[in-house]
Amino acid sequence: MKVSIFITCIVDQVFPEVGVKMVECLTRLGVDVQFNDAQTCCGQPAYNTGYFREARDVARQTLAVLEDDLKTADYVVTPSGSCAAMIKRHFDDLFSVDEALRKRAANVARRVFEFTEFLTEVLNVEDVGAVFPGRVTYHDSCHLRRELGVADGPRKLIQSIHGIDFVEMKDAEACCGFGGTFSVKYADISRSIAEAKAAKVEQSGVEAVVACDASCLMQISGELKRRGSRIRCMHIAELLASEIN
Amino acid sequence: MSTHAQAQTNTFRDSYRQALANPNLRQTLSKATAQFVNARKNAASDLGEEEWERLRDNARRIKDHTLAHVERYLKQFSTNVERVGGHVYWAASAADANRYIAGIAAARHVRLVVKSKSMVTEEIELNRALAQAGIEAVETDLGEYIIQLANERPSHVIAPAIHKTRRDVASLFSEKLKLDCPDEIEGIAALARRVLRERFASAGIGITGVNFAVAETGTLVLIENEGNIRMTTSLPPVHIAVMGIEKLVPRLTDLEPFMRLLPRSASGQKASSYVSLLTGVKSNDEGPEELHVVILDNGRTEMLADPHLREALNCIRCGACLNVCPVYQTIGGHSYGSVYTGPIGAVLTLPMAGAGHAADLPFASTLCGACRDACPLKIDIPKMLVHLRRQVVEQRKQNKVQHVLFVIWAWTMSSVRRYRWAARAVRFIQHFKTMNPLPSFSQRSFRQRWHV
Repeated sequence: MKVSIFITCIVDQVFPEVGVKMVECLTRLGVDVQFNDAQTCCGQPAYNTGYFREARDVARQTLAVLEDDLKTADYVVTPSGSCAAMIKRHFDDLFSVDEALRKRAANVARRVFEFTEFLTEVLNVEDVGAVFPGRVTYHDSCHLRRELGVADGPRKLIQSIHGIDFVEMKDAEACCGFGGTFSVKYADISRSIAEAKAAKVEQSGVEAVVACDASCLMQISGELKRRGSRIRCMHIAELLASEIN
Repeated sequence: MSTHAQAQTNTFRDSYRQALANPNLRQTLSKATAQFVNARKNAASDLGEEEWERLRDNARRIKDHTLAHVERYLKQFSTNVERVGGHVYWAASAADANRYIAGIAAARHVRLVVKSKSMVTEEIELNRALAQAGIEAVETDLGEYIIQLANERPSHVIAPAIHKTRRDVASLFSEKLKLDCPDEIEGIAALARRVLRERFASAGIGITGVNFAVAETGTLVLIENEGNIRMTTSLPPVHIAVMGIEKLVPRLTDLEPFMRLLPRSASGQKASSYVSLLTGVKSNDEGPEELHVVILDNGRTEMLADPHLREALNCIRCGACLNVCPVYQTIGGHSYGSVYTGPIGAVLTLPMAGAGHAADLPFASTLCGACRDACPLKIDIPKMLVHLRRQVVEQRKQNKVQHVLFVIWAWTMSSVRRYRWAARAVRFIQHFKTMNPLPSFSQRSFRQRWHV
């Protein structure tokens, strides 16, 4: 099983550790991992803000890179629900005026997976051999849950971790308030929404909150820090890569 | 200056900042929306997921079909309304509708009308037009009555006074009605009922909106919990019903999924307390002698013609999207500066209710999609918001600096060489200072580590 990583610009530059852990986890499961360093970004910041032409320029490039990947790899795996959703759901809208591009995007979309979805739906695995004796809760990122329909998989993966104490927080599926450029343009509203989310994380009495999207984690951890909380924010890849000594 | 007028002159940013700075409002909103969200969830899961989805798909199918053939159904509807003794008036605009309605009142020397809660009459600002013609219009829905006394706009599509606590209401009633009003709910309701009963009895016209209009029979369907619509459509000798063209369904049997979806989506009720099916006046011994149905365009045919925005005409005004929206939960309805608030409001405001904050609203969203999930008609609101954002950009109405930034961003991101170079540059600058809003880049990127 050969898999090519779509690392995403934010994990590449800001949270590379997440990528490293994801590769560790996949390798331990017997997957042959490749990385094509011609990749850049899925284009969603521009798309979501209405800059379709700019988004298309970037997405076209990414589409070509993914097609290239899939010549030698069986699948493309990415540590981000929102980037996976961009490629799988929104490339179609972005390329709507170009039938050929749409077809190419559709072909690629079928073989692109968010990390946890790849584990549970393609590798059919729930217990990856991870160990983590701690109390954690899970935050559903919006695109992952609502656009890709991924909600049970990450929970099953977490609950299969040896020693873990998993609790559902209140309103796990409520948005963290990041919303990409929204967090810049309407920073005060964004912060308000994050406050509500952080309060519920704290109420759940956990040591760590886990999510599949680094941008959500960045938003939530920013707010938790502001409140002086010591609750850790972990990407699911970091949690799943933790192992027996 | 009344809050109504204030909404016109404040910017969106001013409006929502006022809301953010009001801790009482925040608390009230948070509590009320959470109640609605839970009620809706329970009402939906009560039916089971499969049945709920079946209802949503059916309702959507019926609406899509009706909108695709709206001219035919409008014709059928108006023929049937006239057949059962009603008058039909085709109003192109808000001003047109208001003129007609004021005209009826003038012709019958009516100085007092009673109204039921109707979003469309708020949209056309009917009460203001009537007041200008010397006609008093009294709102009979308790929530609408409250905001009418307070001279405010509704802040929520089904709970217009959701932003007020019972203490707010008690002191409002005491002040405006010059009566001693208790601050417990039963007392408030009893007082309102006493005051409104008298108005029902003396009003010359009852004005309502319409929840659904059945083309097959010319029937108007009205849903309520308080009984004020029953009073409004029975006591006064004249009934005027105002409806947008999108309220149609083809047949009586088509009402089924909507009757089950609307109360559950709106307030978590399995059924609302009263459902009225009003078919003309010809065969009535009781009730009004005269019926007028005002069919309103006011931007709807334009929306219908726009393939990107047409979907918004499926809205049945249940308010579910408002309750689940993280932005609405935080800033409340008045921040939107429009009669249509929340996620669907961001789409409907410009075509139907005029500019207001319309240019800002599509951007005031995280695109989380909770609205789309909650919508009984599966309206893809985030998709429409992105389209509206695109319109703003392509019509060059956006911030010039932002435009340049995105052009540079795209140029950078569309080449891995430039991408790598830019990352190096950012890393370098971040040695010396933060680059808000960019987060701190890691010392070594993933791709740098990969090559080790």
